[in-house]
Amino acid sequence: MNLIVKNILRLIVVLFIQVFILKSLPPLHGMAVPYFYFILILWLPFKMKRPALLFYAFFLGMIVDVFYKTPGLHTATCLLLAYIRPFVVNLLLPKESTEWGENAPTRFTMGFIQYATFVIFLTIVHNAYLIFLEWMQFGDFLYFIGKLLVTTFISLLLIFISEMLVNRKTSYR
Amino acid sequence: MRNIFLFLKKYTILLLFLFLQMISLLMLFNYNDFHRAIYWNFSNEFSGSINKRVNGVEEFFSLKTENENLRIQNALLLQQLSIANIVPDTSTQVEKTFVIKDSLSISKQFKYMSAKVLSSSVFLQQNYMMLHRGSDQGVKPNMAVVGTTGLIGTVVYTSKNMSLVMSLINRDSKVIAVLKKGSGLGEISWDGKDPSILLLSKVPKNIKVVKGDSIVTSPYSDRFPPGIIIGYVDKVDFDQETNTFKLKIRTAIDFNSVQHAYVVSNLLQSELDQLEEKGKKE
Repeated sequence: MNLIVKNILRLIVVLFIQVFILKSLPPLHGMAVPYFYFILILWLPFKMKRPALLFYAFFLGMIVDVFYKTPGLHTATCLLLAYIRPFVVNLLLPKESTEWGENAPTRFTMGFIQYATFVIFLTIVHNAYLIFLEWMQFGDFLYFIGKLLVTTFISLLLIFISEMLVNRKTSYR
Repeated sequence: MRNIFLFLKKYTILLLFLFLQMISLLMLFNYNDFHRAIYWNFSNEFSGSINKRVNGVEEFFSLKTENENLRIQNALLLQQLSIANIVPDTSTQVEKTFVIKDSLSISKQFKYMSAKVLSSSVFLQQNYMMLHRGSDQGVKPNMAVVGTTGLIGTVVYTSKNMSLVMSLINRDSKVIAVLKKGSGLGEISWDGKDPSILLLSKVPKNIKVVKGDSIVTSPYSDRFPPGIIIGYVDKVDFDQETNTFKLKIRTAIDFNSVQHAYVVSNLLQSELDQLEEKGKKE
């Protein structure tokens, strides 16, 4: 299937799950809100140009914001994620990203350890920035740390499940 | 000049990132009521049309409880009909002969308009609800919204066909409430933790409060019809600093499963506003 068509379909499915199913789930212990839509940014191909990556993140964040009724919150978070993603990839992989062609980050193209580090680091960055912005006005440090830990755990669990469900091994041959 | 271009070329990505980041942070922190109205207008019409389709499916699952709630409410309304009351003959005579009824004066103060709930959030810090009824159908900001079992909140923004309601479980929501027994005026707020627990603070300590007491909207409010149930007292705490009671209140309405709501408009609102303005000027 065409790469663009595939990514658009993925965008629709992931946003549907995030906005209509996960948004209406009760938070565990009153603090863990499930987020996993940013997997869309993690799964983009290596060769994507950085400005394109930033604009993609901007519009993804905007769409999520429109449904969550929080203007700018998810947009800012997605942008940060899209900005630091190439740095993390370059740190973890010795090769130039252009050599990777149409490949996207998976546990097969990057190696399991590298891929896990990539996902965990970006998940923590996403949740930390999001919760930080959300709690700026309320400022309760212990709550912030607790919420960050629980939310990150839930996000990682969701990413793990989607990793199991979607077979991306032969995606970009 | 050349150096500037070189600099720009080198840092294009960073600058683009900072620029977009600035836009989103400005949207987050710095927007005033005017921007807010524009944003809601746009996003309401966009997300509302999609929410409507999804809601069609979601509604199916809660049909049973919704039906039951409506039946209970119907029964309550039937009780209020004149057929349900037996009035002694003499009094009707008196009414007919001696009480002069002016057909022009308003006898109703509150008008109820039913509206379908398109989407609602419960688990965020600022929870809103979207109704499928907007300015074209007579909804204005500051109108009260009531569910089948209790108060929901206030309308904050309207677009043509949708309106946005700030529910009681919103950190910015403030509602004046009173004990149903008749005393103990206080302010209802939410601490952002449990969506089924509200806080009622500043209740004077000379009032007897027992677990299970009903909390209703205050008769002095110009927005809410008096006596609409907000919730029931769940826990009574005493606040040493202010020497007042701090009550935890279980909400009467289950915000998770609201499907229908009534927008309440006060027919005397414009008159009230005029009076208030006059009072301010003097």
